[in-house]
Amino acid sequence: MLKIKDLHASVDDKEILRGINLEVKAGEVHAIMGPNGSGKSTLASVIAGNERFEVTQGSIELSGEDLEEVSPEERAHKGVFLSFQYPVEIPGVSVTNFMKTAINESRKAKGLEDMPAKDMLKLIREKSELLEIDRKFLSRSLNEGFSGGEKKRNEIFQMAMLEPKVAILDETDSGLDIDALRIVASGVNKLKSKDNAVILITHYQRLLEYIVPDFVHVLHNGKIVKSGGKELALELEEKGYDWLKQETAV
Amino acid sequence: MDLKDKLISSFMAFENNVDVEHPVHDVRMAAIKNFEEKGFPSKKEEAWKYTSLNSLQKIDFSIFPKEENALEYKDVKRYFIHEIDTYKIVFVDGIYSSYLSETTHDGVDICLMSAALTKPMYKQVIDVYFNKIASKDESLTSLNTAFSREGAYIYIPKNKMPKKPIEILHFSTGNEASLLLQPRNLIIVEENAEVQIIERHQSLTSNDILTNAVTEIFAAKSAIVDFYKIQNDNETASLIDNTYIDQKDKSLVKVHTFSFGGKLIRNNLNFYQNGEYIDSTMKGVTILGEKQHVDHHTLVHHIEPNCESHQDYKGIYGDASTGVFNGKIIVDKIAQKTNAFQQNNNILISDKASINTKPQLEIFADDVKCSHGCTIGQLDEDALFYLQSRGIPQKEARALLMYAFANNVLSSVRIPELKTRINKLIAKKLGVNLGFDL
Repeated sequence: MLKIKDLHASVDDKEILRGINLEVKAGEVHAIMGPNGSGKSTLASVIAGNERFEVTQGSIELSGEDLEEVSPEERAHKGVFLSFQYPVEIPGVSVTNFMKTAINESRKAKGLEDMPAKDMLKLIREKSELLEIDRKFLSRSLNEGFSGGEKKRNEIFQMAMLEPKVAILDETDSGLDIDALRIVASGVNKLKSKDNAVILITHYQRLLEYIVPDFVHVLHNGKIVKSGGKELALELEEKGYDWLKQETAV
Repeated sequence: MDLKDKLISSFMAFENNVDVEHPVHDVRMAAIKNFEEKGFPSKKEEAWKYTSLNSLQKIDFSIFPKEENALEYKDVKRYFIHEIDTYKIVFVDGIYSSYLSETTHDGVDICLMSAALTKPMYKQVIDVYFNKIASKDESLTSLNTAFSREGAYIYIPKNKMPKKPIEILHFSTGNEASLLLQPRNLIIVEENAEVQIIERHQSLTSNDILTNAVTEIFAAKSAIVDFYKIQNDNETASLIDNTYIDQKDKSLVKVHTFSFGGKLIRNNLNFYQNGEYIDSTMKGVTILGEKQHVDHHTLVHHIEPNCESHQDYKGIYGDASTGVFNGKIIVDKIAQKTNAFQQNNNILISDKASINTKPQLEIFADDVKCSHGCTIGQLDEDALFYLQSRGIPQKEARALLMYAFANNVLSSVRIPELKTRINKLIAKKLGVNLGFDL
């Protein structure tokens, strides 16, 4: 579904990704772990099409289509979703109105009519229940004054609404207390299917107890230095990342 | 003949049509003398450094409208907040339109300045309030005072509140090749009384219109005044708005200024806090394009202790538009425990647009909290990416961000239908259908 080949990316002439190779198939959950500054968030941003980063080499393909010339909004229409580490506050635009705009823009791009209001309301109700989101919350301005946990839960609510093919969750577990983490994880698990894929970007193993990955990759200095099954996450938790630095220094 | 000479010589003709025996006429005569001495302000004056009136002075304005040009309500309905019931004081080419208006004397006076300036029953109030807070020094205010004859007169007695908001509308029809309008408003809100006023100047013609308006507002002890100015005029209409507000103890006055259009707009908004525990709020949203020019000059004079003032102006400038924000705060020596806040944030969306922003603080007391901040920037790229990553195209995403930027000024608008209207104007001005009803 998602095929990343020898991906190099830089910002302000500083190379951050130095040759990433990753293949994510439908139905799979991949976890990308690694120390701070290893390039995890950059990888997420580059997949979603953030133009702040320049792809200098390599390619990203979604269902066989090269995404090089594809804008962030078009990637979203094709089924890429990024749950942000730091979601942006949009005063004056409610969560509901924001989702209506997002869904209808996506439909417009596919040549479809706007979703009828009745269907939209039903969808919103369904998905907000999935994430145990209060109705009052939906009429608040997007992310404005939200707690860290509310922001993350709202990100996953948006994912539920947009039903992406590939969802990248960038440090969705940070800032979540254990109850919120359970709700978010159970939401993600319910959204998982054989037709979509999830990439979890995380620092800690904690999230992976709730969303069990099929593969774990360790990112260091802009490269995947180790891949394995879910047991690799436990190993990392135990040993930390210091051994990595030594290993790669050798 | 230049415009100044034309105005001075017109004053004699004007005198033929007003009661020169009335004490108000002494005020007018002193005012025309001041205007004659000073003339139009030039760019040499610090307060007019970024706003030139030169090109306006070259236009051969008619000083007096000839006759009322009838308008049908259906043709101008959209300029009213027609979703709600309001009192209306409507002028067409400077002349009162009884047909479009809805005035009242039921417990409150919502009527005409021409009546207040001539009828004996208003004389006492006029003696106490007329031209008492307006500047006697500033030449354009003097010009208005000299020709003061018509406008809105609002008197809210103690403990009263009109049943509905008041709309003051000035239409110009292009009956004359070019027309100078000088409305004069007097608004008195007595102790513990409350009023909501919406004001709009609307040109319906491509002929040149220049409005030089003066509004005096007196808010007595514990009075509440909400004043909303909608400035969305066409490209041949200019406005110089001079508003003077006198506040007494515990009064609360908010002025919102929405500047979305017009050739040249100058807002002189002056607050004088003559009492304690006063709150003065000024909020503004400015969205300009083409070659439009808006100049916001605010003044808050903290004269007594324990008062607050809040200023929050947001501007979005596109094309070759230009903006000015000059916020002056004076805190007198005895005005201890003053809290004065001023914020001016701007986004430039075109290389040719420009903004000059200047805080001007003169603080003579030592136990005060004053803050000011101004920013000039572009849209936040991270925020833009966030919206795009949800499938919202870049153009719409930019508009949504600009909308969000301007929107937080609207939280204090207390008339929901007006808020909806302003929201729609903002969306329209930003040129995008956001896909939902605002």
